[in-house]
Amino acid sequence: MKRRLLLLIPLLLFAVLAVFLYRGLSKDPAARDSALLAKAFPAFDLSTLADPDRRLDRSLLQGQVTLVNVWGEWCPTCKQEMPQLLELAERGVRLVGVDYKDTRENGRQFLDEFGNPFEVSLFDPEGSLGFDLGVYGAPESFLVDAEGIIRYHHTGYITPQDVEQVILPRVERWQ
Amino acid sequence: MIRWLLLTLLLAAGMAQAAIEVQDFDDPSLAQRYQELTSRLRCPKCQNESIGASNSPIAADMRAHVAQQLKRGASDAEIEGAMVDRFGDYVLYDPRLESRTWLLWGLPFALIAVGGGVIAVFVRRRRRGRTAELDDEERRRLAALVSRHADPDASNRKPS
Repeated sequence: MKRRLLLLIPLLLFAVLAVFLYRGLSKDPAARDSALLAKAFPAFDLSTLADPDRRLDRSLLQGQVTLVNVWGEWCPTCKQEMPQLLELAERGVRLVGVDYKDTRENGRQFLDEFGNPFEVSLFDPEGSLGFDLGVYGAPESFLVDAEGIIRYHHTGYITPQDVEQVILPRVERWQ
Repeated sequence: MIRWLLLTLLLAAGMAQAAIEVQDFDDPSLAQRYQELTSRLRCPKCQNESIGASNSPIAADMRAHVAQQLKRGASDAEIEGAMVDRFGDYVLYDPRLESRTWLLWGLPFALIAVGGGVIAVFVRRRRRGRTAELDDEERRRLAALVSRHADPDASNRKPS
């Protein structure tokens, strides 16, 4: 009888393996935690989209919870995301844009066409801030608390459901 | 006709190469390290391509960063660390050995050790020429099987 039980060991091992593999099936292979969570927003020195002579650094993000949104005129999903960002701005969320790998002309045109929810947009033509943020595709959004610490990283576009279910609760939590 | 074909192929080869820019290094050892680093770092945008093989814009940015840091004299570990700080552990094909990953690295060796132990036990048993005694239930089953196959009608029946 004891030997019989030993025969079950491979079956048990298989069951454990199967559970892990089964879980893997329903996981999104592209999803992963940001490396920047609970870290300070990276330092930058960039001009604004509106004014090439106005330079800003990360003290911009001190004192208030801010949603930093990385966008670009070349990015089609960013256009779909704009209504949600406008809604967030309307509901009192402070938004700062990063116009990523774009030209000034195109970036301004984009805001004229789709509306401007941003208090200010930083102009990042080389993608240097984007690189330091670990951005690998736009749109991406970072929720930064009043101390300038990154608290949440949203990769991909913010859906209308995400506004209520994901973004607003987190803004409130870090307020 | 064949001349045209060859020309087309030649042009196509040029296009295929143009996708990934060439980095110039004065020092061949830097060029060697660049090749190794870009094949060891994984592109965060694409699911399974190294930054050295990927055409995505972020992979190009990362290659430029690697080249720039190499020329500045950074070590391989520093460059990899800077990438992990930005893009997470995902960019490393080989996870680093740390408290979080010891199970990942250690498990294959542990399994080899366990397997080796099991084989050693079997071999030793066989060498001693000792076979395990049947227990009562096994003896009963053996007797049942023998008697079933002793019956000529039963042996022609399909096993059910």
